[in-house]
Amino acid sequence: MGLTLFGYLMGRQRALVGFGGKRSSAFHSLPGYYGGYVALWCAIPALAILALWVIAEPVLIERAVIAALPDDLQVLPAQRLGLVYNDIRNLVSGNILSGEADANILAAAEHYSRLKANSRLLLSGVLFVLAFAGMLWSLARVKPALRARIHVEGVVEYLLVAASAVAILTTIGIFLSVLFEALRFFSEISPIEFLFGTEWSPQTAIREDQVGSSGAFGAIPLFAGTLLISGIAMLVAVPVGLMSAIYLSEYASGRVRSYAKPLLEILAGIPTVVYGYFAALTVGPMLRDLGESFGFVVASESALGAGLVMGIMIIPFVSSLSDDVINAVPQALRDGSYGLGATKSETIRQVVFPAALPGIVGAVLLAVSRAIGETMIVVMAAGLSANLTANPFEAVTTVTVQIVTLLVGDQEFDSAKTLAAFALGLVLFVVTLLLNVVALSVVRRYREQYE
Amino acid sequence: MNNPHPAGLKDLVARQIPRRYRAEWLFEKAGLGALVVGLGFLAFFFYTLVMNGYTAFWQSRIALDVPLTAAVIDPDGTRDVDLIGQANYQGLLRDALRTRFPEVTARGELRSLFALLSPGASFELRDRVLTDPSVIGSAVEFWAVADDDVDMLIKGHSSRDVPESDRRLSDQQLAWIDALQADGAVEKRFNRAFFTSGDSRDPELAGIWSATVGSFFMLLVTLVLSFPLGVATAIYLEEFAARSRWTDLIEVNINNLAAVPSIVFGLLGLALFINLFGMPRSAPLVGGLVLSLMTLPVIIIASRAALTAVPPSIREAALGVGASKMQMVLHHVLPLAMPGMLTGAIIGMARALGESAPLLMIGMVAFIVDTPQSPVDPATALPVQVYLWADSPERAFVERTSAAILVLLVFLLLMNAVAVILRKRFEQRF
Repeated sequence: MGLTLFGYLMGRQRALVGFGGKRSSAFHSLPGYYGGYVALWCAIPALAILALWVIAEPVLIERAVIAALPDDLQVLPAQRLGLVYNDIRNLVSGNILSGEADANILAAAEHYSRLKANSRLLLSGVLFVLAFAGMLWSLARVKPALRARIHVEGVVEYLLVAASAVAILTTIGIFLSVLFEALRFFSEISPIEFLFGTEWSPQTAIREDQVGSSGAFGAIPLFAGTLLISGIAMLVAVPVGLMSAIYLSEYASGRVRSYAKPLLEILAGIPTVVYGYFAALTVGPMLRDLGESFGFVVASESALGAGLVMGIMIIPFVSSLSDDVINAVPQALRDGSYGLGATKSETIRQVVFPAALPGIVGAVLLAVSRAIGETMIVVMAAGLSANLTANPFEAVTTVTVQIVTLLVGDQEFDSAKTLAAFALGLVLFVVTLLLNVVALSVVRRYREQYE
Repeated sequence: MNNPHPAGLKDLVARQIPRRYRAEWLFEKAGLGALVVGLGFLAFFFYTLVMNGYTAFWQSRIALDVPLTAAVIDPDGTRDVDLIGQANYQGLLRDALRTRFPEVTARGELRSLFALLSPGASFELRDRVLTDPSVIGSAVEFWAVADDDVDMLIKGHSSRDVPESDRRLSDQQLAWIDALQADGAVEKRFNRAFFTSGDSRDPELAGIWSATVGSFFMLLVTLVLSFPLGVATAIYLEEFAARSRWTDLIEVNINNLAAVPSIVFGLLGLALFINLFGMPRSAPLVGGLVLSLMTLPVIIIASRAALTAVPPSIREAALGVGASKMQMVLHHVLPLAMPGMLTGAIIGMARALGESAPLLMIGMVAFIVDTPQSPVDPATALPVQVYLWADSPERAFVERTSAAILVLLVFLLLMNAVAVILRKRFEQRF
């Protein structure tokens, strides 16, 4: 770091003072660029080596330590060996061991920490030499003819490209990480059983004779529950959101619009955990009491409560998207309709709405994908037990609830139970991705139509 | 005209007009009704939150005359801090209660008498003595933190009318509280512990400080990572990249990432950062990484909008006086677009602050009492703290949850207000 800064100053100085008897104005680029040039030569090779080192170091050390272990330990199967190695590492970092440490392990731990210290020392040496060499080499190249600006700007442009690749890497990362775990799951449970089974009880038996732990992974009840809750949410959000969008864009005066729109958007800014709290503590019991007074049995974790609150959360989403869409309908269409003698509401229903329909469908699709992926409300206000029902007064569970319950708390990564969460996550990702792609292309095509 | 009955048609239209106007009226009112439903919910929502939560900012305390006997606290008279810290302050408090109610002698009764005070009261007494050791030997009036059940009763959240078996406090305890209240020895004071302490199993001692610090570290990591990356991506896409398959691919990706459910990001964090890279669980560092991936699309989209808002004349002028393309962008366009980018970043941060689902995945739901010192210490975040408290059965936690939500909302409101002010202040019309 320091060397990089030093390199920058040196390069700049060299260009400022002039070189070989020529004045600094004879240089191709501004002095700062020569500084940058030297600094880049200092930093980039060193950083590259650092990155490689960080990746390679644990692997190499693990090999060296295991090779130095006594023979009786070396013949262990890979999994046991991994445990032993973990013990060694825990010993070094002072964590709790999985058992008593014997002399072999202690010796190995010492070996490990010695190797690690050596490697660190070597690393700093290599880095320093590399940075210094880079600096000298590039300093020697600082001449008036050197087109430093072109070089520096080229590097900066590559950095920009790299930054923009992060978005793609994230998508690939999500897909691959979820896919790999899901594939491990599907090697144990067949995808057919997972996608079409109607029994969900992910508790796998620890003992053979345990009761109630069949370990069934049929996800149909989860999909049904998700659809039920999302359906209720859409029943709330679409009419309310759409009507308020129509009112705001067609009827409301400028003043009302300027107050009501931001207020409605506040609903979108409230954290979902707050909605969840609200659904669980206020809406749930309220619905239960209401149901009791009408003689219904309403579970306090009913699909209705979660769905209602989720719908309210999505209202601003639907309304602001459809507001945009409605505003994009050309005024000429409205004027034509008025000219034929239609009233305002007739114009909206028979001219504006059909014209805006593709955009509104896109908005609703986006809202559906939002509802399917929503987690906190259902985790806090919907049930845990898988229940295949269409009755909104009963408790159902959803895909996201199951992901959370399967993954929160202690876990090991080889049981079907935790891997099932990744399979569910894969389904969730693929479904929402499809919905988004379709919705975005619908919206885009619609926009192009009127531009 | 083709129509054979023009008079009949005219008549028909005239007859339909009242019905059409009625429909018109109905439609407008339906729109208004929808708007009112949405806003009404907002009002109801805040009303419930505030009514549930505002009492948590006060905490009932019970005044006791505590004799700080030197023989108990500092028997040797050395004023050694370690020794003073280990003294039996709970015993002192209990003695004070016993002198206040001399008629209570049975063991069971004494136990329920002592239950009026919070287990944390003795620590507060200790801290008081440690900050001012000169009080040792004298009797001080000490306002001890009351137990959460007492607190709920005094705030009127739990009722006296239910039968004794359904109540958290017995008739006898109620009588003691009444006696204390008659003396003016029960008071609601500002609840400092709520803002300065970490989580606790006892509602009266639980606070949001450690969660706030956890959130802070997380947002710091998020900001440091996602802002430069987002701005760089936006600059590349807007200023340098020619429209090609590659940029189309990036655009589609960004739009989709903005709509991927947050819990999927949590799965990514779990599988990639924790499982593959072996990063520590429950650490704000991992939380920040996951949240920055989530915030990135928001910042990119806002930054691109800010860049397009800079008029081409600026660019042409810069190029005209001989700047290179990179100089044009970095020296002229970027500074002009910065306020817009910052606004986008703040809005993205506000969203990240309220996010909790992916944090559940990476283990940030632990019970954390200590305040995290660095981004790799186990920590929790404000919204996750809300989630944890909402699951707790005690009535007093309902109040705390609402109060924590209020604090969270105040933070969000502040961030959004800063964004709006920034936009207003630096808004330039070209």
